[in-house]
Amino acid sequence: MSTTQPLFQHHKHCDEIFADAEAACANGDWVAGATAFADFAGQLETHFKSEEEVLFPAFESATGMVSGPTEVMRGEHRQMRELLAQMKQALDERDGDGFGGTAETLLIMMQQHNMKEENILYPMCDNALGASDVGATIAQRLAGA
Amino acid sequence: MHPNLSFEQAPPISVPYRFFLAAPWFGVLAGVLLAWAGGDALGSRWTPEALALTHLIAAGFMLQAMSGAMFQFIPVAVGGNVWRSLLVANVVQPLLLLGALLLVAGFLFSAPVLLRAAVPALLLGVGIVVTAVLFALWRTPATGMTLWTMRIAVAGLAVTVLLGSLLAEALARGLPLPLIELTNIHLAWGLGGWALMLVAAVSYFVVPMFQLTHPYPLWFARGFGPALLLAVTAWSVLWFVGDAPYARGVGLPLALLCAGFAAMTLWLQFTRRRKVDDATSLNFRVAMLALFAFGVSVAAIVAFPELADDPRATVWLGMLAFPGVFVSTISGMMYKIAPFLNWLHLQRLGAPISAVPNMKKMISADAMTAQFRLHVLALLLLLASVWLPSLVRAAGIMFAGSCVWLGWNLISAVNSYRRFRDQIRANVLRC
Repeated sequence: MSTTQPLFQHHKHCDEIFADAEAACANGDWVAGATAFADFAGQLETHFKSEEEVLFPAFESATGMVSGPTEVMRGEHRQMRELLAQMKQALDERDGDGFGGTAETLLIMMQQHNMKEENILYPMCDNALGASDVGATIAQRLAGA
Repeated sequence: MHPNLSFEQAPPISVPYRFFLAAPWFGVLAGVLLAWAGGDALGSRWTPEALALTHLIAAGFMLQAMSGAMFQFIPVAVGGNVWRSLLVANVVQPLLLLGALLLVAGFLFSAPVLLRAAVPALLLGVGIVVTAVLFALWRTPATGMTLWTMRIAVAGLAVTVLLGSLLAEALARGLPLPLIELTNIHLAWGLGGWALMLVAAVSYFVVPMFQLTHPYPLWFARGFGPALLLAVTAWSVLWFVGDAPYARGVGLPLALLCAGFAAMTLWLQFTRRRKVDDATSLNFRVAMLALFAFGVSVAAIVAFPELADDPRATVWLGMLAFPGVFVSTISGMMYKIAPFLNWLHLQRLGAPISAVPNMKKMISADAMTAQFRLHVLALLLLLASVWLPSLVRAAGIMFAGSCVWLGWNLISAVNSYRRFRDQIRANVLRC
C-alpha cells in the first residue's frame, strides 16, 4: 500500500457521509441530518489534521518545498473549515436553503481539492516518502476517527 | 507552484460569461424561425430552414457555450493556461457571432454572398480558439483521459469547420464537389469528433464530481475517445471513396458508441452516492436518454435501410442530437458553472468565506427547475413535430420560450454576481 492510499480511500468515505447528511437535511430530517453531519465534519477534520500534522510536514522536510503545494492545500482546508462552520450554523437554525447552498459549495470545493491531491500532491508524496512509516501513522489516525 | 494546484490561472469572469450569455439567444432565434416557418421546415434535412436551424444550434448555441466552457475548464481541470484569454475572447467572440449569423442567413435566404462572407469569420474565429486551446492543452504537465479526449475534441472542431467552410464555398460557387458525402463527413466530425468527444472529456471530470458517482471505468475512459475517433475516421474515408453501403455500415459502431456512452453515464448516475437531484443532474439525464435514443435510432436505420427512405428520419436524428443531447447537456453545465464561477470570484475579493453568499443564492433553484421542465416539454414537442407537422409552430414557440428563460436565468446569475460583489466591496472598505 502506498503512503497516501489511506487518505485516498478516506476521501470516498467522506463523500458517502456527506451525501447522507445532505439528503437527510434536504428531506427535512434534521435529527438524522445532524448525526450524519457531525460524523462528516469529524471525519473531515481528522482527514485535514492527518495531512497538516503528519503528511505535509513529512513531505516538506523530505523535499524542502515549504511554500509550495502544501501551502495551497492548507489554504483550501481553511476555506472548507469555514464552509463547515456555515453548514453547522444553518443546521442549528434549521435553515434548509442555507444548508443546501453551503453544502453544494463545499461539495465542489472539496471535489476539486481532492482531485488536486489525488492527481498531483499524493503521487508527489508517494515518491518522496515511499520508505517512511508516514502511511502507517496516517492509517492509524484515520482508523481511530 | 505547481500549475494544477490553484485557480489563479482561471480567466477573468467576463471571459466565460460572455459566451454563456450569448448562447441561449441562438436557441431563441431557432425557436422563432421554426414557429415562423411552420410545418414544411422539417420536411427534410436539406430545406433552407432545416439547415439554418441546425447551424443556429451548432455554430451558434453550441459553439458559443462550448468555447466559453473550454476557457474556464482548461485551467481548472487540466491545469492548462490559455494565453491572454481576455484578448483571445475579445477577438474571437465577435468573429464567431458574426460568422454564425451570416452562415444562418446564407442558408435561410439561399444567398451565396452571405455564405461566402461567413467562411472567413468562422475560419478565423475557430482557428484562433483551436490554436489557443491546443497550445494550452499541449503545454500542461497534467495527464489523464480528460486531457487526451479534449485534445481529440479540439482537433475535431478544426476538421468540422474546415469541412464546413469547403461545403459553404462549394455551395456558394457551385463547385462540382460531392455535397451529400461531404456533408455526412462534416456532421460526423461535428457531432462525434467534436461535440460528443468534448462532452465525454468533460463528463469524465464533472459527472463523478457533481453527482458523487463512481468514476468512469478506466477501460471505458481509455477506449471511448479513440474508438469514436476511429469510427468517425472510418466513416469519413468510406464516404470519401464513395463506398456508401460500407459507410452506412460504420453507422452501427457509431450507434453503439453513442448508446454505450449514454448507458454508462446513466448507470453511474443510477448508482451515485449523492441522492439530491438538481437542474444539472436532471438535464444530464435527459441528454443521456436522448443520446441513447439517438444510438438506437441510428442502429435501426442501419439495420432497416428502408427507414431512411423517409427524409424525416434524418431530421428525427438531428432533433435528438441538437436540442436533445447538446442543448440539455450545455444547459445543465451552465447551471453549475455559473454559480460556481460567481462564488469563486466573489471569495477572492478578500472578504471572509462566511460573507460570500453560497452557490444556491446565484440563480433561483426553482427558476432552473421550472426552465428545465419547459425544456423537456419543448423537446418532446419538437420530437413529435418531426412526424406531426401541425405541431411545428407550437414546438418552435415552446423552444424559444425555454431558451429565453435559460438566457434570463443566466442574466440573473450575472446580476447576483454584481450585487454581491458591490456588497462585499462596500463591507471590505468599511472594515
